[in-house]
Formats: sequence, structure tokens, C-alpha cells
Amino acid sequence: MTSTASTMTPPAGDAGRAAATGAGTGPAIAALITEAPVPQPTLAKTFAAMMAREFRVLRRNAVGTFTRAVMQPLLFVFVFTYVMPKIGGGFMFGGSAAGAGSAGAAGNVNFATILVPGLMASMLLMQGIMAVTFPLVMEFSWQRTIEDRALAPVPIGVLATQKIVAGAAQAFIGALIVFPIVLVVHAAGQAPHVHVTNWPLLVLILVTASLLTASLGLLLGTVMDPRKMQMLFAVILLPATMLGCVYYPWAALHQIRWLQYLVLVNPMVYMSEGLRAVLTPGAAHMAIWAILAVLVGGTVIFGYLGTRTFTRRVLN
Amino acid sequence: MTGSASQAPGAQATAGAGTAIRTEDLRKTYKTPRGDVPAVRGIGLNVPSGELFGLLGPNGAGKSTTIGMLTTLVLPTGGRAWVAGIDVVADPVGVKRRIGVVTQNNTLDMQLTVTENLEFRSRFFGLGPREATRRAEQLIDAFGLGDRRKAMATDLSGGQARRLLIARALVHRPEVLFLDEPTAGLDPQTRVNLWDILRVLHDQGQSILLTTHYMEEAEALCDRIAVVDHGEVLAAGTVDELKDGTGADTVITVRYEGEVPEGLATDTGLAGRPGVGKVETDHDRIRVFASEPDGVLGELVAAGARAGLTVRDAAQLKPSLETVFLNLTGREYRE
Repeated sequence: MTSTASTMTPPAGDAGRAAATGAGTGPAIAALITEAPVPQPTLAKTFAAMMAREFRVLRRNAVGTFTRAVMQPLLFVFVFTYVMPKIGGGFMFGGSAAGAGSAGAAGNVNFATILVPGLMASMLLMQGIMAVTFPLVMEFSWQRTIEDRALAPVPIGVLATQKIVAGAAQAFIGALIVFPIVLVVHAAGQAPHVHVTNWPLLVLILVTASLLTASLGLLLGTVMDPRKMQMLFAVILLPATMLGCVYYPWAALHQIRWLQYLVLVNPMVYMSEGLRAVLTPGAAHMAIWAILAVLVGGTVIFGYLGTRTFTRRVLN
Repeated sequence: MTGSASQAPGAQATAGAGTAIRTEDLRKTYKTPRGDVPAVRGIGLNVPSGELFGLLGPNGAGKSTTIGMLTTLVLPTGGRAWVAGIDVVADPVGVKRRIGVVTQNNTLDMQLTVTENLEFRSRFFGLGPREATRRAEQLIDAFGLGDRRKAMATDLSGGQARRLLIARALVHRPEVLFLDEPTAGLDPQTRVNLWDILRVLHDQGQSILLTTHYMEEAEALCDRIAVVDHGEVLAAGTVDELKDGTGADTVITVRYEGEVPEGLATDTGLAGRPGVGKVETDHDRIRVFASEPDGVLGELVAAGARAGLTVRDAAQLKPSLETVFLNLTGREYRE
């Protein structure tokens, strides 16, 4: 070997310069060791830094994320609470008959009122899964970039928890973005009747629902085969939304008993109904205790299972 | 922390300061639907602080699995391992605090810029935001990434990405630096530059364990080497010790047109000759390990001719890790 540690190879002309930049800095590299700060990592600092990283990425992708988040609910309320009432004059959702023809159970509320909590819940699910499942599938794919975060000085379980919290924050923000849209976009006389009586309960339901969807996202992201990601929409997101009391209140399903019981396995139902209970008390809704029990219990169960499969996949 | 970095440069600065890595009968067996696959079968290592230690072996030898266990991301199925004196299974977080890892894959955070990759890694390791920015700048300058600081990690060339991976592993001044195949897939110029970087770090007393399947890389960089194959350490020591340990200096291989008949190797009369070590028959070839190689080739050709075998090709390998590997395994080295 001709080159030694202290005499670095000089850059060999223009061609070699770009490649050789790393080799012209021997003393600077030595200083990395001799003049290094002494880090004092704590669990809280590392967790906070990981959250800061999430928000940096979120801010960078803000326009894309916002557009993705807004389009579906915006078009939905536009078509169903503006276009349809105008063109159909009530052929489907018009007048003040409750949406989906469930007047008896739903009380005297219009479709817009049904949609406000429903679309917020749908947004929570979408964002919770988008924010956790998709990045996770990428991180576990061939380059295993997950190892970057896994080498941070915290237990792997904390990393899983951080992913849930970050995903929940995004879901929460998504729901807040949807709220003004579904509130404002509608034809004349089709305004939803929104009235918050219990703010702490609203926050509690939003937070637990966000955590539930992010936990579900973690579980899906760690058990799903990346090659079958498109199945996520067909098998999970679409049925969860269509049968999640987004477009009709649960009570209205009493006309189809078997379905009313069947949808109880869908966590989405409790999110829609929970928001219905606190945002649009005029519409019929499920009992609050049942809603909270499922939201909290579901978070614990999905969170536990997700963390377990996550840890197993990180540590092979 | 030993504080050795402030002392005079040189490996001796940390000699006796402690043990960077120690393993006892470390094992990993993967359970697969097709049965158990042993990847590492009882590896024992002892790497003192300040040493640049190499795990050399072909692909699939168990090097990455070993590094995985030492860096806490692979759970051992047997044996024990300590890094910086800490048990990797009992206190993985304690180990992670004290190590820097350059993974074989590009595990940069693709959503972040070059600067952000370093800043956030610094913050993961407990530096405050301002300190992290300072450390990131210092690393960027030292690694010659100044004109790429705002580039996204996805836009870096292979060599730049590798430099950033090393820079990122150093944010918190790790006690032990692990590099898994640090120069695989890089062009020769970039590779030599990385060697220079590693030498400077080593001169500052940085403990380093690297894996490589390049013989010349291990030979050029490492204080000591463990030759690994099929999940076991075949031999360990300095390059010179390994070469001496073979009992031979030069390997002469002659390949014949057909299978070597039994007894031909003895017919050559080489086995007992002074200056000749082992004489091996391997299908269509005979391999001789000799400290005095003169005339060996002639004997092999002549013996072949007597048996009616023509020579297809012949090679004389000067002593190198390649000849060490040949001697240890009886197989030619597959990179």
C-alpha cells in the first residue's frame, strides 16, 4: 500500500476531484473524534427528536398531503350536499328527510348533518393508515431503512409507540382540516346542524380515534405483504368506510337488523358514531360508553399487536 | 469513555484501555419453513479498544449476521456478546448509545436532506437542536459534502451516500464503529478515499469492526482479521500471523485436462520435500503449498505427463489472504 493515513491521496485532476473531496480532509475527520460533543441521550429527547423529524417531513410534503386529504371529502360534500339537492330536487337526499331514508331513527336531520362526523371519521382512518402503513412498508422493503431509526438509543417498543403517536397526530390534523370543508360546502338550506356541547369529550373522541387508526396502521404495515398493498383499499379501507356509518347513522340500520349487528365489528362505526354524538347531537347515535370502550380498547389491542409484530420484524 | 482521543494519535494510545468487542460462542440459527438454517455457529472474538478489526469472508459466510447481533438488531440464538463492555442482549439500548453503524444497505432517511439526516441523527442521540446543527456542519465539511448539503438523500451518488452513512454513524462519537461491507459496489477511487477516512479515524483511536469480502481491503486496513466461512471463524490474527500460520508461502496450482488419478500427488515426490508443505488433490487439480516454490511447477507437469494428463492451466499465487483462505478451506476464494 502506498498511501498512508497521514498523507492523503491528492485529487487526480478534475475527474478525480468530486470523488476525492472526502480524501482531502484528513485533519477535519480527525477533529470529528477529538472535538466531538458529548451526547446525553434520554428517552424523552430521542422521542421528541423523532417527532420533530416527522413534522419536518410533514411540512415538506404539506401541499401534497393537504391535497390528498382534502379532495375526497371536498368532492363528496360538493356532490351530495350541493349538486344532488340542486339537480334532483330531493330525488335522493333532498329536503330534510334524513339521509338514506332512515327518518325514523335518525330524527329530523339532513344529509349534510350526517356527513360532517362521518367524513371526519373517514378522514381519520385514511390519514392514520396513510401516515403509518405506507411509510412502514417502504421502510421494511429491500433497503430496510427502518434500521436507521432502530439504531436510535431507545427500545424498539418506543419506536413503535412513536410511529403510532406521529400517525395519530396526522390523523387528528386531517380531521381538523375536513371539519371546515364539510361545514361550509353545501347548497342553500342544506347546512348541517353542528353544535358542540361537550368540548373535552370531542377532544377525547378525536384523540382516541386517531390513536386507534394509527395503531391499526402499524399493525397493517407490519403484517401486510408489500406486493399486495393495493388490496388494502379493496379489503380494508373501502369496506370499513362504506360499512362504517359514515353516510348513515348506526340507528338507521335497524331496518336491516343483520347488518346493524354485523357492522359492530368495524371500528370505523364507533369513530363515526362518537363524532356524531359530540358534533351533531340532533342525529341519533350510539351510547357514549360503548363508543369510548371500543375506541380505547381497540387502541390498546391494535397497539399491542402492532408493537409486537413491529418488534419481531425489526429484530430478526 | 476512555478519553483516549485527546492523547497522541496511534493505536497504542488506547492499548489496554479495554475491550471493544467480545463474543463467546455466539450463534444464530434462523427458523425457516424449510428447517433451521444456521448462519453463525459459535463465533468467539476479542477486539481490544482502538483496534481496526476485520471479518473477512465470502458472501453468506455469516458476517452480516454477526454484525447484526453485535449491533442489537439480530437476536442471538446462543452464546453471548459484549460491546464496549455491555451485554448486547441484556442492555441493547446501552449498546446502541455507544455504537455507530454503517449498514450495508443505503439506510439514509430518504425523506430528508443531507444536513437533516445528520441533524436528526444527532438529536436522536441527545444533542440539542443548535448543537446538532453545529455537529452536522462539522461532519459535512469533514466528509466533503458541502455542495450537497441541501440535496435530498435520494439524489446522492453511491460514493456520497456511503460517505454520509459514515458521517451519520459518527454523530455521537461512538466507542465502536461498525461498517458492514463499506466499499461494496464503489468505484476504485471512492474506495481508496474511504480507506483513507477509516485510517484517519483509526489513528485517532477509534475502535472499528468492519466486514468485507475483499481480501485486499482487509489486508490494507485491518490490524487483525478473522477469516469467516459458513458461520465459523477459520483463523484469526494479524495478516502476517495468518500468512505464517499456513505453513507455506506460495500456492502452486496445476489444473489437468481430466480428473487427477489417485496416487498422482504422491508420485510427484513433493510431499516430503523440504520447503514444501501440503500437497492437495482437488478433482482435476493439484495444489501445493510451498515456502520454496522453485521446481514445484515442473514436477507437477512432469508427473501429469507420466500419467498421461496434459496440463490445462497453472497458477502460482504469491502469499496473500487468498492463499490463506485456500489453505484453510481447501476451496478457492469466491468473492
